[in-house]
Amino acid sequence: MKPLALFKSELDVFLKELSRDFDIFGPKRQKKGFLDWGKIEGLSDLDLSPGVTKTSVKSFFLPQPEVLFEFSAKTGDERAFRLKEPECPDRKRVLLGVRPCDARSIFLNSMPYKEDCYFQGNIERNIVIGLFCKTHLSTCFCTWVGGSPTSTDGMDIGVYELEDSFIFLPVSQRGEELLRGLGLREISQEEEGQLEAYKSDAPEGISEGIDIAKEFSKKSLFDLYDAQFWQEVTDPCLNCGTCTFLCPTCYCFDIQDEVLRGRGRRIRYWDSCMFPLFTLHASGHNPRGEKVKRVRNRFMHKLKYFPDRFGPISCVGCGRCVRDCPVSIDIRQVIRQFLEI
Amino acid sequence: MFTINEKITVEIRKVARDLLKKGEVSAFLGYTKGTVPMVMKPFVARRQEDAERLSWNSFCVLNLANYLPLVLKSLEPPRRPNEPPPEGPLPKVGVLVTGCWSRNMVVQIKENQIERERVKIIGISSRGMVDRKKVQALVDNNEITEVIEEDHKLIVKGHGFTREINRWDVVRDNCKSCVHPDPVIYDEVIGDLSGGRQVPKRFGDIQEIEDMDIEERWQWFQEEILSCIRCYACRNACPLCYCPTCFVDDSRPQWVGKSIDKTDTALFHILRAFHCAGRCTDCGACESACPMGIRMRLFTKKLYKDCMELYGFEPGLKIDEPLPLTTFKLEDPQDYILQQGQKGEEK
Repeated sequence: MKPLALFKSELDVFLKELSRDFDIFGPKRQKKGFLDWGKIEGLSDLDLSPGVTKTSVKSFFLPQPEVLFEFSAKTGDERAFRLKEPECPDRKRVLLGVRPCDARSIFLNSMPYKEDCYFQGNIERNIVIGLFCKTHLSTCFCTWVGGSPTSTDGMDIGVYELEDSFIFLPVSQRGEELLRGLGLREISQEEEGQLEAYKSDAPEGISEGIDIAKEFSKKSLFDLYDAQFWQEVTDPCLNCGTCTFLCPTCYCFDIQDEVLRGRGRRIRYWDSCMFPLFTLHASGHNPRGEKVKRVRNRFMHKLKYFPDRFGPISCVGCGRCVRDCPVSIDIRQVIRQFLEI
Repeated sequence: MFTINEKITVEIRKVARDLLKKGEVSAFLGYTKGTVPMVMKPFVARRQEDAERLSWNSFCVLNLANYLPLVLKSLEPPRRPNEPPPEGPLPKVGVLVTGCWSRNMVVQIKENQIERERVKIIGISSRGMVDRKKVQALVDNNEITEVIEEDHKLIVKGHGFTREINRWDVVRDNCKSCVHPDPVIYDEVIGDLSGGRQVPKRFGDIQEIEDMDIEERWQWFQEEILSCIRCYACRNACPLCYCPTCFVDDSRPQWVGKSIDKTDTALFHILRAFHCAGRCTDCGACESACPMGIRMRLFTKKLYKDCMELYGFEPGLKIDEPLPLTTFKLEDPQDYILQQGQKGEEK
């Protein structure tokens, strides 16, 4: 199927059309000034400025919290002692303006969550319409870690932003189906020319021809684990969860029962390797009981353990952790330090 | 021509280098440049040559007292949990302090978190630190790629723009209302001390919230914490928060829900604030660390004000003064416990 086009002036109509069958979410300017995900009720809600939203797209796929099931242990309750599946919203969602880095995180996260019915259910429920990047911020580094400003990984539809129009590129089967029903027009010759000449201002790679995932796979895990640089990386760290909670590829969770007067729900909520409860054993022992071990785990997981197991690096280069770390711990520096080992 | 901060930076490096060289301290706690504009990185210089990386500017927004207990502990020989510390003096740490950070060290000393003899305190009078969120707002949230600081202005650059901003306009709210910019305890001073500041409406921001009616105030509070992601950056940036297990982390028993339920998040912020009552110096590290722009400093500042009005107490000003919440005096206000006419007065 060929790409289709939409004039920017028609975006309003497009959103209305889309909202008949879907709840639309996209980047929205928040009261505090930053961009974050919000429900798009009309054109004025949507803000497609360059750069990523404050929080990542992961909250749609790994909701904070995800209800796994509900239960009652109350005698007399009709459904007592039987698990009840959580209620599912009946309307599907469209996520608009998902940047290639965020979209790639969905692709990466589905590797460990391949057999997880909740995650896969959320993939089913959310259609991803990506937006390719024209410009990058100084904290962007997707090209270091296997992504690109025009990567379609994790997208159902990819969108190029041209001068006066948007070009919709179908990526997945269901993306194609959705596009068919939206009454978009064919691309004009002029647009075809513009598309041909479409250049995104991609962030520079770390250095010519270096594939970080490949480089790291050659390195000994123990050399990296025992490297000298961890102490200095760790010194300023507050062990807060800002990096892990804003990160699109930090997917660790914990599970708890929340019970009130005999009725409750089992939830899965975000955990962070920065937190003291993370990997705390029932015995009281914690293999990551000190700050340096926690910090090391975060980087080793992304840059070594994950690629050793699944292939790609578990980082998409969105730069959120770089931008919002209160003490300016920069994963790009850690990557450089890894290369030197 | 050097700016004030450049001069201070040169001095800091010199002092740190000398202390490390003489072996008077085993580590020096300061700041180094971060990789993004307007974010400084707390830095532990352990070798003499590390001193050259120390730096000082208006973006040193975190409280270095927060790092002190851990850095001190890292220098002690390893020992089992209940083993007493070894005989003889333990290694010292040099540390930079401004007014509020030094007051937090006073609190830490009083609460037995650090020992005065083990810290070499280098004082700097604070000119007020800059709130990067304010700078960001002034350039319509466009990306800032470089910030050059002069004594009284910031030159802010981004893609296709350069703007000059008056430094004082973007100084943090807590610094603007601060009356104690000079360090309270110190061994050496870099630069000149200010001799204190006068502020017309010290608690103006709190007064505004107090003037709301209950409904309005509850609304305001809920909206303020709406975007909280429970990352605990505020708590972890705070030098007062040193409990081995925080009440929000505890799971046996569990006091607070772990997810972002509205009630749980509100409970976290209210309890965090109350735990800081009579101890918080309004250093503003919590607010500066928050990635979501929540002004949780206002919660603790309200309690600061209450403590001052009820007990005439300001935290961390005097090293030999008892803490208000561990002391009882007969003249303490007790209206909230006792009804009128029950105060044991003779009728």
